[in-house]
Amino acid sequence: MNPIISALWPYFLLVLLGYLPNEVWRVFGLVLVRGLNEDSEIVIWSRAVATAILAGVIAKLIVFSPGALLSIPLPVRVTAVVCGFIAFLAVKRSVFVGVAVGEAALLLGGFLFAH
Amino acid sequence: MTAPRAFISTGAAFFGGVKSALTSVFFLVIGGTYIGIGALAHDFGFASWWLAFSTVLVWAGPAQVILITALGSGAALPEAAVAVSLSGVRLFPMVVALLPLLRREGTRLRDLLLPTHFTSASMWVESMRLLPAIPRERRIAFCNGMSAGFMGTATSAGFLGHYLAAELPPLFAGALLFLTPMSFLVSTARNARMMMDKVALVLGLVVGTVLTASHVQLDLLWTGVGGGTLAYAVHRLRRAAA
Repeated sequence: MNPIISALWPYFLLVLLGYLPNEVWRVFGLVLVRGLNEDSEIVIWSRAVATAILAGVIAKLIVFSPGALLSIPLPVRVTAVVCGFIAFLAVKRSVFVGVAVGEAALLLGGFLFAH
Repeated sequence: MTAPRAFISTGAAFFGGVKSALTSVFFLVIGGTYIGIGALAHDFGFASWWLAFSTVLVWAGPAQVILITALGSGAALPEAAVAVSLSGVRLFPMVVALLPLLRREGTRLRDLLLPTHFTSASMWVESMRLLPAIPRERRIAFCNGMSAGFMGTATSAGFLGHYLAAELPPLFAGALLFLTPMSFLVSTARNARMMMDKVALVLGLVVGTVLTASHVQLDLLWTGVGGGTLAYAVHRLRRAAA
């Protein structure tokens, strides 16, 4: 491939696969302000689908981790997520507490068991 | 509820917005999230400038994480676009709810273009909270200032995370990468308003793991459409029974 084209290719993908598919919903909101509302069935269904996709990505990142996270063993990663989530539930559903406890558990486990 | 805030000019309202972004709780949330996304982009092989452009253009954490993970792990291009788009649907009702707060007589469509693009979960929550106390003629400037503050924070944090992932020892770089799944898991659980959202979260985690482990093609889409539709069906059944 031409070097200029191959350098610009990731930016082209960003606009085509990231910017446009996402931005179209904002523009719809601007143009059809009196269209769907938040309680319409299609919006509720798409929220469930979007939540499940994001959950799938979360699972993928934990179980089939990229790069440096892979150097921390799977049981440590899973235990850390569970600890963080329990802390989140236990302490006033605080996102900060959940993330802090999860990270602390990951670092401790990684320090003890990293290969 | 804060007292009405009068700004002497549009510029003062804009900087008032920037200041409210930098002192908001979302400053920390966005900073931490984008440090994690920066590390993620690094480990999937994306340049730091690519991430900065994606933050400015896409401006939605979940969509960026989905895009990076899908492209970085070699998903089919249409699958990446559909997965990103499904995660963006939630922006539609946010824009619909936000614009009436910004509009007044004589507001031109082009004045609403920036606030429309800036609409994202954190900006939306803070706008709905703060705008009612601000005079209507200053709201667009305030909203743009606040959004610019959030976007600047996210872009800087992205660069920082990308840099740190390259420089830190593996254990700490791994901890940065771990920020993304950990923070998205608890914030999604926190935003789960209805039983359906919780069911969709659990099903997505389980189905996503199983499908990825069995190397199914288009695993993200099947996870989303399968898990999401099942959660929606549970919601309909519960509503019918009630």
